[in-house]
Amino acid sequence: MEPSFLLVQSLSGLASASSLFVIASGLTLVFGVTRIVNFAHGSFYMLGAYVAVTIVPWLLEFDRSPWLFFLGVLASAAVVGLLGVAMEILLLRRIYRVPELFQLLATFGVVLIVQDAVLWIWGPVDIPGPRAPGLRHGVYIFDQRFPAYELFLIVVGPVVLGLLWLLMHRTRFGVLIRAATRDREMVGALGVNQALLFTGTLFLGAFLAGLGGALQIPRVSASAHMDLSIITEVFVVTVVGGMGSITGAFLAAVLIGQLQAFGVLIFPKITLVLVFLLMAAVLVVKPWGLLGRPEPAAGRAALPEGILHPRHFGRLEMALGAAALAALIALPVFADAYMLKVATEVLVFALAAFSLNFLVGNGGIVSFGHAAYFGLGAYAAGLLVTRIGLPMEPALLAAPMAGGLFAALFGFFVVRLSGIYLAMLTLAFAQIAYAVCFQWVEVTGGDNGVVGVWPSAWAASRQAYYYLVAVLSVAGILALRHVIYAPFGATLRACRDSEARADAVGVNVRKHRWLGFSLAGSAAGLSGGLYAFSKGSIDPTLLSIPMSVDFLAMILLGGIQTVMGPVLGAAAFHSIKDLFMPLTDHWRFFLGASIIALVLLFPRGLGGAFAMLRSRAGQRRLAAVTAA
Amino acid sequence: MTLLRVEGLNKRFGGVVAARDVAFSLHAGEMLAIIGPNGAGKSTTFNMVGGQLTPDTGRVVLNDEEITGLPPRVVCRLGVGRTFQVAQTFLSFSVVENVQMALIARHGQTRDLLARAASLHRQEALGLLARVGMEVDADRPIGELAYGDVKRVELAIALAASPRLLLMDEPTAGMAPRERAALMQLTANIAREQDIGVLFTEHDMDAVFAHADRIIVLVRGEIIARGSPEEVRTDEQVKRVYLGTTGHKAALRARKAAHG
Amino acid sequence: MAAAALAGLAPARAQGAPVKVGELNSYSRMAAFSVPYRHGMQLAADTINRAGGVMGGRPLEFVFRDDGSTPGDAVRVAEELLTREGCAFIAGTFLSNVGLAVADLANQRKKLFLATEPLTDAITMAQGNRYTFRIRPSTYMQTRMLVEAARGKTQKRWAIVAPNYEYGQSAAANFKKLIGSAIPGAEIVAEQYPALGRVDAGATVGALAQARPDAIFNVLFGPDLTAFVREGNTRGLFERRLVLSLLTGEPEYMIPLGDECPDGWIVTGYPWEQVEWPAHKAFVEAYRARVNDTPRLGSLLGYVTVQIVANLLNKAGTLETEKLVDTLAGLTTDTVSGSVTMRALDHQGTLGAWVGETVLRGRTGTMRNWRYADGANYMFPEAEVRAVRPGA
Repeated sequence: MEPSFLLVQSLSGLASASSLFVIASGLTLVFGVTRIVNFAHGSFYMLGAYVAVTIVPWLLEFDRSPWLFFLGVLASAAVVGLLGVAMEILLLRRIYRVPELFQLLATFGVVLIVQDAVLWIWGPVDIPGPRAPGLRHGVYIFDQRFPAYELFLIVVGPVVLGLLWLLMHRTRFGVLIRAATRDREMVGALGVNQALLFTGTLFLGAFLAGLGGALQIPRVSASAHMDLSIITEVFVVTVVGGMGSITGAFLAAVLIGQLQAFGVLIFPKITLVLVFLLMAAVLVVKPWGLLGRPEPAAGRAALPEGILHPRHFGRLEMALGAAALAALIALPVFADAYMLKVATEVLVFALAAFSLNFLVGNGGIVSFGHAAYFGLGAYAAGLLVTRIGLPMEPALLAAPMAGGLFAALFGFFVVRLSGIYLAMLTLAFAQIAYAVCFQWVEVTGGDNGVVGVWPSAWAASRQAYYYLVAVLSVAGILALRHVIYAPFGATLRACRDSEARADAVGVNVRKHRWLGFSLAGSAAGLSGGLYAFSKGSIDPTLLSIPMSVDFLAMILLGGIQTVMGPVLGAAAFHSIKDLFMPLTDHWRFFLGASIIALVLLFPRGLGGAFAMLRSRAGQRRLAAVTAA
Repeated sequence: MTLLRVEGLNKRFGGVVAARDVAFSLHAGEMLAIIGPNGAGKSTTFNMVGGQLTPDTGRVVLNDEEITGLPPRVVCRLGVGRTFQVAQTFLSFSVVENVQMALIARHGQTRDLLARAASLHRQEALGLLARVGMEVDADRPIGELAYGDVKRVELAIALAASPRLLLMDEPTAGMAPRERAALMQLTANIAREQDIGVLFTEHDMDAVFAHADRIIVLVRGEIIARGSPEEVRTDEQVKRVYLGTTGHKAALRARKAAHG
Repeated sequence: MAAAALAGLAPARAQGAPVKVGELNSYSRMAAFSVPYRHGMQLAADTINRAGGVMGGRPLEFVFRDDGSTPGDAVRVAEELLTREGCAFIAGTFLSNVGLAVADLANQRKKLFLATEPLTDAITMAQGNRYTFRIRPSTYMQTRMLVEAARGKTQKRWAIVAPNYEYGQSAAANFKKLIGSAIPGAEIVAEQYPALGRVDAGATVGALAQARPDAIFNVLFGPDLTAFVREGNTRGLFERRLVLSLLTGEPEYMIPLGDECPDGWIVTGYPWEQVEWPAHKAFVEAYRARVNDTPRLGSLLGYVTVQIVANLLNKAGTLETEKLVDTLAGLTTDTVSGSVTMRALDHQGTLGAWVGETVLRGRTGTMRNWRYADGANYMFPEAEVRAVRPGA
């Protein structure tokens, strides 16, 4: 290959890297200060592009000058920054006290709302933005033509990096941001107005995301899918760089840009999975990313987020449980075919959600990629039935084995990490598994998947399959529930509470986490197998990020600190979705709004709300008894 | 008889020597204190014995068995209990469950999927709590306890491993003076009664001189003096390089305590 | 949805119990295509109901549902339409994996499914079944139309760029299979498969240009297409090169391209404003009057689908599935897009597409030198169908 081509290809990589960095720097800032995993960052990026394609052409009507173009871009970024402030004041500020994961759920609600709001305001047709005046042309670099605008973009990245450096080191606001990134408690101790600091950070973060989006309009049209296409990549950049490290994000963006530019020459299909391969590789070698540092150990002991004290069923819970069981058994008598179908799915998801909370709530292992094991279980069952011709029964046996096996394989690396890095590694593995299912067309059927995964004759009717799912799912949930109360479950909680203490009393922390991860994976695999037979098909969406996010939403809605909460959460989430989907095209808006409402109303989830009611009632009764 | 023998431990971090030819031994039932100014290598030495750090050279021998570089969980199973500078407990557990958890680990039942954790070894755990005077609070969440009480529970957790050796990293850090004396007295009683060797680091000189049988003085990674409390107190070199500064520090600490 | 409901209530000439047909599509995710499609269906249903409905006077009623854009959601929604809503049969779906999953459900539940939009060849070929029919010309058919348009050209070195999913992969595979017959000696010198919706346009254009092809076969669409075209225009990728591009002439993709519309690409598409068939002109007029927007390909497809449905119901005279299936196999319908036959062999409709060159007129692109390629001439050869389609 000629050197001029290599140079130009490398410049293309730098231009992409620059754009990626501008967006990622905002995400990493927000995470550093607030510890919020802001799913809505991609939405801000999309809004930046939409606002820009609205106001920039309007500005250019006055005069087609580059200055007006960039004024419009900055104004768009500022508008998005204000939207970030609005999100902070209206939503996040109300929930800083609740577990950090709930903030993630709330931002996920924002993602759904923004998606539909964009469709509603700007319509479904992609909107192309104007090209930048004065930068429309190509510039010759040796014999190759290269867009002038991309040369400009290459400069933007380092300039933003430099400006952020100045902000961080030369202003009080920046110093506070750095202090908060390093040690959040310290800022509280310094008497800093935390609310103001957070609002300012959210403005800056959203501004950068909006800037990234607005700068893209000469290259790509504004479309309603921009948010999801960017958010995972941006997460990868921040994690590879080290959460909270702006310089790290810059390095990671450059690395990804270059790998992408040259990777496609060798592997033309690599874009699907490249960033996740890189993230997995980096995290396995450097558990805190390139330039990240370990979370400072909390100065004071803080209660973990999760199941604190698994309570045994009281008389009320026993009664409720029995009633629920009776309802499950009687359901086919009074429910119509469709309701039965929905109930079957709720049961399937309840098992998957329960297994996820076994990790998150009980083990403190936050997985963003639980759908991988659900999906791999489904694939194992589906492929055995369709490719080998096995009947349903052995295929259903293979599903938990596949889920468990892959969880053991990925978990081996996952349990070496902690916190957000662990979560992102689970995501990376899930995406790699997704890419394999997507790309290995001969075996997996690619993204079309495989159809014909139907139950054996005896379980083919809706009723019979419902009962089969009910038995297996309830058995799975009760078994996992039992494990939570058993020494193994207690050991996982112990490892979550204090790794050092667990180690010092003789517990092999990693090994137990690994076993727990595998166990949860196999339960998810069973759930996936059951799902495959209820749908008759398998396809890569079963392993996709949205599926993993759905599971997270279920356990958070249900409450990660209660044992049975995830079951409630699965039922609530699926019912809400099923309620709004037939009503309107904009069901994502209502789903998102419901999630936010539930987060605000029940900041500890539905299960947590129930537990609170219980203990209040208990106190009242106690008060009544003592009074008497 | 010799419980713990440490021979020629060396550890460097980059260019900094944290431990140089550290060697000492400890008998069953004996309380050995390691003192020295900040950065003298106390914690390094301590962590090399406990398995948190691997020495560059040298050996750690417990009961004639070499434990150099073994991870803490293995060291624990060989009979070493440990407490931390900042108490490490299982915060979501009740007091007695903390001890039960340690017992579950000791009995190798952590992978049991069937039993009920809450009912395992409860009597034994209550007995251990009684030893440290915490049985009344057995069913309270550990997060509710005063810090001094947490430290006692931590001692009970460490004892659950039936240790022959207790490693205590600044056992009285963060405690009120009266609580300190009580905890050290308790530790000393248990050590003597059960013939447990205790290796501890400590900043509080009252605790050290009141309860240690022998003292090792570390400065810049090297042992500059060792002997009975009386010998160490009168050692000229120790006075010069260490006790003088500690006196200053003790004053500082006292001031801090008074002003919150 | 509201309009369909109103159609049942308003004083219409159609009387009697409505015939309910379930229609599930990606109304939320793929709204740019599916909302005009729904408008087309509603327009057609209203027109038919005003003219007396179907099956001797019963109103035709569509129950519209979002399919959630995933097979899992779609199968549940399909069950809802078939059980709770009591629809006689179902139609729709956009994504290929969704279409295939619903097709398999239809086969399992023995209900008719009219796959309107999914392009995957599998739905009528390897995974075809008795109960599933597809109306739109498939990936294979549209690729074949393009390749035929390239017949006689002299460009031998071809580069392929396609989104990395089934549609892109199978279009590329079809192209590789077919191009040799149109241009003897043609070879593929570069292939790029960016992830759908995430094209890194600069790197992709660079990689393609590096191979110095004489011609390019493009399968990108939507935002990927816009980014690719802009980057390619600036870097001169398309200069002195022949470009064949699938679907690019459809208004759905022409409108977002705006004035970046390339000149002289050979595309499949829908130059709605230039099609002079009387029935089609009437459709365009009625559509513009009703929706206050220009028709898209989706609008046409929706309209044609309803025409076929109405014809089917009238001919079958019953809602019994087996009878419907038997009637639809081989059924010919006169639609606003000409005569469409559902071939009995593979259940593929003969709806065609327009093939021509792109041209910028004013601020948006359209097509010139086009002709209507009747799908009947581009179907899979019967032998190939028999080789892979179960039971064919």
